[in-house]
Amino acid sequence: MNCAEFSSLKHAHADGELDLIRSLEVEEHLSACPGCSGERDNVQIAKTVIKTPGMYFQAPHHLKARIRGELGLEGARTNRAPWWRLTGLRLAIPAACALVAVALVLLGLTWNSREKQLVREVVASHVRSMMVDHKTDVASSDQHTVKPWFIGKLDFAPPVVDLAGRGYPLAGGRLDYVQNRPVAALVYQRRKHFINLFVWPAPYDAAFSERIAEVDGFNLVRWTRAGMEFWAVSDLNKSELGEFARLVVGNDPVEADGNQENKGGNTNPGTGLK
Amino acid sequence: MPHLDAAYNLARWLARDEHDAQDIVQEAFLRAFKFFDGFHGENSRSWLLSIVRNATFTWLQKNRKSEILTVFDEETHRLDEESADTRDSIQQADHLLVRQAMENLPAEFREVMILRELEGLSYKEIAEIIGTPVGTVMSRLARGRKQLLGALAASLKQEGTL
Repeated sequence: MNCAEFSSLKHAHADGELDLIRSLEVEEHLSACPGCSGERDNVQIAKTVIKTPGMYFQAPHHLKARIRGELGLEGARTNRAPWWRLTGLRLAIPAACALVAVALVLLGLTWNSREKQLVREVVASHVRSMMVDHKTDVASSDQHTVKPWFIGKLDFAPPVVDLAGRGYPLAGGRLDYVQNRPVAALVYQRRKHFINLFVWPAPYDAAFSERIAEVDGFNLVRWTRAGMEFWAVSDLNKSELGEFARLVVGNDPVEADGNQENKGGNTNPGTGLK
Repeated sequence: MPHLDAAYNLARWLARDEHDAQDIVQEAFLRAFKFFDGFHGENSRSWLLSIVRNATFTWLQKNRKSEILTVFDEETHRLDEESADTRDSIQQADHLLVRQAMENLPAEFREVMILRELEGLSYKEIAEIIGTPVGTVMSRLARGRKQLLGALAASLKQEGTL
């Protein structure tokens, strides 16, 4: 990232509107550029001077009474209650909407709990692989050894990339079992830390999106790409695990086909806004 | 009464007068009540804030026509000395000074800054409330913040603090 790119993203960055990959790029640039760090401080100050209690105007008490009174009068004339207190038949349509909303929320919760369970399973698999020292079924730093090894063992071909040149050498691969299905676990190394990268076909056709989380001291980055779901788990720090994710995405064969330039790997060439 | 503070805060910042803000909010709440049948969204705060915001601009148009087209000279209000000292002084500026500088910004900058910092809304939510693309929200925030810092630096200089 250069200074001009930073300048176009600095407000979105300060407002937490950037996706993970972009924020990491911004952070990286800031750590090396004092000029842009000053710019970042300016934006931060413009935010903090507004965000003080003295700047918020509370509604005066009598305003509430005044509006209540007005609405009460209207209510007497038209026999209608305030909009947030509708009862009876008038409530039927909003109630139906609310029901739909509740159903959607429940769907969301189910989705959420699926994700929560996944997080637990993935972390447990990672821990188990470290505990019994059974990190790999096929120990090799060669992607052309690891990838073919999965043939016949899985009903999909996991993308295997070589990141040795970037400081994340491949240690091997292993079959694992997550969400009642066999999945590929690729093991990478960063100094003394191991990264388990779990891969399986995504249950839905999602574009690249990612989330980062921390569970029991382990960091997780999760994204979907080219029909595959990826979960990287490690005791490695957040920013390096994020970098790892970025490298995997940037090196994935889909990207490598036409556009090597796009190291960020963001399929959306736009602003990187969430 | 839900969201009354948020509604009043926005109207007060846009109208820059407490009595006018009260009239505007009252009118907006009555309108919200009247048109509640038209509300099918899930975020009643955003819905209400967009009504308040529109009511305020309509009111300003009617009562203070000249004000909406505030012309702001961006060049003279530039923060040219971006030193750490300048930043410190601005950060410690009295909130009344900040309030005054904010009130001098064009209303369309003021509203995105208030919704972002004081209501904590996302770009997307703000875009929905003010009816613009997300990119417009970001560019208004960018210009508004720059002008705010420039104006603060200018008034601190005038005071002799800088």
